[in-house]
Amino acid sequence: MNLNYTAEEESFRAEVRAFLEAELPADIRSKVRLGRRMHKDDLVRWQKILYRRGWGAGMWPRRYGGAGWSVVEQHIFDEEGAAAGAPPQIAFALRMVAPVLMSFGTAAQQDHFLPRILSGEHWWCQGYSEPGSGSDLASLRMSAVREGAHYRVNGQKTWNTLGQYADWIFCLVRTSAEARPQQGISFLLIDMKSPGITVRPIITIDGEHEINDIFFDKVQVPVENLVGEENKGWTYAKFLLSHERTNNAGIGNCKRALKRLKEIATRQLRNGQPLIEDARFRDRIARVELELMALEITNLRVLSAVAAESRAPGPEASLLKIKGSEIIQQLAELQMHALGHDALPYLREALDVDWVPAPLLADHYGPFAPPLTGQYFNYRKTTIYAGSTEIQKNIISKLILGL
Amino acid sequence: MDFRLTDEQLALQETLRRFIAKDYAFERRRSLARSPLGYSAQAWARYAELGLLGLPFPEEFGGLGGSGVDIMVVMELVGQGLLLEPYLSTVVVCGGLLRDAAAHAIKEALLPQIAAGTLKVALAAYEAAGRYELTHVASTAVRDGKGWRLTGRKSVVLDAPSADYFLLSARSSGNQTDAQGISLFLVPRDARGLTLQAYPTQSGGRAADLHLQDVAIEDAAVIGAADRALPVIERAVEQGIAALCAEAVGIVTALNEATLNHLKTRKQFGTVIGSFQALQHRMADMFIAAEQARSMAIVAAIPADGDDPAARRRAISGAKAYIGQAARFVGQQAVQLHGAMGVVDELNVSHYFKRLTMIDMTFGDADYHLARFSEALRVEALGAAS
Repeated sequence: MNLNYTAEEESFRAEVRAFLEAELPADIRSKVRLGRRMHKDDLVRWQKILYRRGWGAGMWPRRYGGAGWSVVEQHIFDEEGAAAGAPPQIAFALRMVAPVLMSFGTAAQQDHFLPRILSGEHWWCQGYSEPGSGSDLASLRMSAVREGAHYRVNGQKTWNTLGQYADWIFCLVRTSAEARPQQGISFLLIDMKSPGITVRPIITIDGEHEINDIFFDKVQVPVENLVGEENKGWTYAKFLLSHERTNNAGIGNCKRALKRLKEIATRQLRNGQPLIEDARFRDRIARVELELMALEITNLRVLSAVAAESRAPGPEASLLKIKGSEIIQQLAELQMHALGHDALPYLREALDVDWVPAPLLADHYGPFAPPLTGQYFNYRKTTIYAGSTEIQKNIISKLILGL
Repeated sequence: MDFRLTDEQLALQETLRRFIAKDYAFERRRSLARSPLGYSAQAWARYAELGLLGLPFPEEFGGLGGSGVDIMVVMELVGQGLLLEPYLSTVVVCGGLLRDAAAHAIKEALLPQIAAGTLKVALAAYEAAGRYELTHVASTAVRDGKGWRLTGRKSVVLDAPSADYFLLSARSSGNQTDAQGISLFLVPRDARGLTLQAYPTQSGGRAADLHLQDVAIEDAAVIGAADRALPVIERAVEQGIAALCAEAVGIVTALNEATLNHLKTRKQFGTVIGSFQALQHRMADMFIAAEQARSMAIVAAIPADGDDPAARRRAISGAKAYIGQAARFVGQQAVQLHGAMGVVDELNVSHYFKRLTMIDMTFGDADYHLARFSEALRVEALGAAS
């Protein structure tokens, strides 16, 4: 057992750092650092840059065009990326639908979709939740009825993230109502340009447009877009979710938030002294930092064990999801509290990249203050999405503990 | 980075597991805890045969040159088996201190004997009302010709009753809580003027208060430099903390196993209580706490070998604070989920819980170490800002 990086890992880190220094566009870096609003173009542009370097998908196997990184290499990349202000890659494509296609898709599906995911040409979104099917996902009702060479799809998906940008959506649909709910679900790939699809924004607690309702009215989907076998979609869905959840540890993002928190606590004052001198507040930071130190090692331990056994991540991913989501929430909360009274204004325009504070605000309203309160509100989602904390605990108790 | 144990470490783990199952079952352990000695002399001899007593020493002193991870492996099993032998005191803390700071002649004289199981040493570093402060030293060391005279009291010296020597801190200059002016002496158990008041500890071990009245010690028995022993003692205590973290992880693992088993077998309201979601989620929280605690024990074990004192202190205090809190949660919940069976002497759960609690209270509790970690955080943050 050794927590030190090998010489090869250190040189990989240097390579990543040099690449970020040279290739990460300044405007994207600044948006990430200041918490400004991110647009589709920013994320796609970054994906294309990574793709040109051969790093479009770090942990994908090389035969699919991935970089074939180890768990530790991916960790180094995430850590350096977060430190440099690189935006996240779009998980829905790279870490969710792609592993499903690699394991269960046809050669034709793999050949068509994987290169386009890698190059940033296709933006994917997810169609899982429905109005009546949240935690009880298997009760979903959106129907797909086979009509010759097509499925006819009718129904509604909700809590869809960034579908307003999407070229494709992967959906869980009901193809049979006869057996147990889990046994009548199929996994379909649907072109977002198909006639009959309507995207309606849902404005979230922070006033932003990140999620949507998506309505499907007699949408025709070619049968070639079925993944795996009909009525076996639940298996693929669970496989996908465990991949999603390992990503939810979000160590790099947490580290960046922690660093930012310390910067704020060093700048904001209490009794004329930096807030960080206040032991009561500082100890709260210390507690979160300890959780994060532990999670960083837990994350590497879990993912290394998964990689050593060449298997998909199992229910242990739930642990990473629970802790990672709690930590980012606590960090967001502390950032807001560190601002104190300065956390109250709601300056929607301050999220725009070119925002310049009005002269009367500029001197006391710091460059990174505006997005933080909104982030606190927004991050309440993390313990709800991708299977709520309560669902994760059900998974741990059933699949790991055998209760 | 690599999280695998070596084949040797896995074999060691297996050997200890078998030893505990065969020779250290719970009933046996209970009777040992009540015996006059308080532990098993045969077990101690067995550890010597297995090389465990010289594990962290260089080969030239009869050891195996083991690492912090080797100690972690052993201590996790010490926790699972609730082993009572003075391994932490003699091998990890005092053995480690002598290895790091003693003159060659002393190492040559003592370390092979420790490794062979014929010599035990205990750390006498704390004093009454000083809580966890190693600088709280009122006992005095006064120059006397070529040697020293020691006078004062040391409190709750763990494993003192069976020790042949003490590593004892005394103030050779300065005021009561000064960091400077503390010296460390190797004091034989039979030194004239040294008396022990022995007692059991809450978790089945043995300890004593020491009373020293003009105890004459020769100059050669000063460990490290006179007046400047504090870093040496701190380093040894840090190694003890890393070991305690691993012991706690062993106990947490055992408690989770016992509690899970209880949830699967205990019936109420006509069904196993593990079918209730309130209890399932509690158990899931205990599982998560155990995994996170294990990660922190690794963090503690690895820099314990390292040489950067600030980074080491940060990692060690962070781990002790985290594990103190996680272990308290698991321990209290294990008792709670066992119901009244959790608070009886005849079931191992209460013994595990007591040991976990005492681990938190040894070498600084969660609050104490959170404050140290938090102070390191303050210094870093202000340093980064300036």
